[in-house]
Amino acid sequence: MSDVRVAGVGLTAFGATPERTGRDLFGEASIEAFEDAGVPRADVEALFYGNFMGELAEHQGHQGPLMAEAAGVRAPATRYEAACASGGAAVREAVTRIRNGENDVVLVGGTERMTNLGTGGATEALALAADDLWEVRAGMTFPGAYALMAQAYFEEYGGEREDLAHIAVKNHEHALPNEKAQYQQEIEVTDVLEAPQVSTPLGLYDSCPISDGAAAVVLTSEAYAEETGLEAPVSITGSGQGGDRMALHDREYLARSPAAREAGEEAYEDAGISASDIDVAEVHDCFTIAEAIALEALDLEPVGEGITAARAGRTTADGDLPVNLSGGLKAKGHPVGATGVAQIAELTSILRGDHPNSEHVEDATAALAHNAGGTVASALVHILEVER
Amino acid sequence: MSDEVRDAGYDDWLDAVEEGEAYYLESPEGHGSLPPRRVCPDCGSTDLEEAPLPETGEIETFSITYVPTPDFGEDAPYAIAIAEFGPVRITGQVVGVDVEDVENGQTVELEVVASETTGERVVGFRPR
Repeated sequence: MSDVRVAGVGLTAFGATPERTGRDLFGEASIEAFEDAGVPRADVEALFYGNFMGELAEHQGHQGPLMAEAAGVRAPATRYEAACASGGAAVREAVTRIRNGENDVVLVGGTERMTNLGTGGATEALALAADDLWEVRAGMTFPGAYALMAQAYFEEYGGEREDLAHIAVKNHEHALPNEKAQYQQEIEVTDVLEAPQVSTPLGLYDSCPISDGAAAVVLTSEAYAEETGLEAPVSITGSGQGGDRMALHDREYLARSPAAREAGEEAYEDAGISASDIDVAEVHDCFTIAEAIALEALDLEPVGEGITAARAGRTTADGDLPVNLSGGLKAKGHPVGATGVAQIAELTSILRGDHPNSEHVEDATAALAHNAGGTVASALVHILEVER
Repeated sequence: MSDEVRDAGYDDWLDAVEEGEAYYLESPEGHGSLPPRRVCPDCGSTDLEEAPLPETGEIETFSITYVPTPDFGEDAPYAIAIAEFGPVRITGQVVGVDVEDVENGQTVELEVVASETTGERVVGFRPR
């Protein structure tokens, strides 16, 4: 199957800008993406757009056309919603459309405005990703759900809070040179262990922040890139999606992520590579435990060992497989609908060599992006490769 | 979403728990699931029958929640848990004990309790 070229990428800074509207955020990200791509807006044939809580945060549904307008694009536009994997779902749809030959140039994006809801409001909005009748009404929050997974992981495979703390410390360290990151702030293991508890065993520093932000990428067919002489060395060469039962309690395993495994296997096969070929990865670390479980599901760590990867230095910037060089959701921030698209943007920069952390993976040729929705009832994996 | 309108299946199940007649849905192949449901998510059978839920369950994992959603603002801190009742697992709040005394493997009974914040019904687990 033909590959899809990443022509240009754009990101707003992630952070707390409660007064900024979604359309303003996405407008900014799209300007950067078009400038980076050098593709005329008039060539765009469709917008695929991820957003999760627009109805609650902005009293705004039907965001596809609104965001096409904000980007200055006159094209059919559709919003994709898969909770925190909304952005990844939009990317996958765009990739599929280009590969099928239906489109040559598309804009993919995602935005979330969250901080205007306050902590309570955002916590309530994020809980919409869980089963309302059987989880939310019992009082399960989103951090609570991942805390249940963490507790189950400790029970089944061992590990301790300090292992998780090293994941947070690592991702904060990675975010230090990233000007788009919400937190460019170094933290110590003791900071994580002594932070206020959110839902045991997870504390405030085990959790990603509540964030506002947007991401946009311009994708093209190989044919378009060649005909127009685009400089677009990075391609999306693999795509996979997995699904699972909605409620955590209905899963076969409480501390594993079969949906991510399915998505990963599909994406590896699609790209014609294996997990051992991956040089750098962005995985969905909404909570520290999520990074550990994702690495195992993606075959980047053996089951039961993902929790020690950061502590042992395997996934740090100078490790064998740097994970979340952007800072991840943990330190870069997690404007939900933007995240899956932002991962593609960050990895594209990293592979092109124009990211502040590119120096750590100068010879990297293959990268993986993993974006998860809910307690991973939805998982999207994309493989990116660069021509060197 | 209106407070006055019941959620058929779910609210009926809570009624049954309150009456001491908790049930789950069983497929001919023995898979268990929770209502409202027309199709077994494991085997696709549409021939689901109510079967009595075991009287006790076992806590498989739990967490003490300090930062709740606004609907549970006055309930926190509380222990949220997943407990296995035979062929189904259920998510609920552990009640009747100090949150510090909750542990994996604990035997619990199902009980409907009320949120201290909203008065709404909540699935509860009471350790035996």
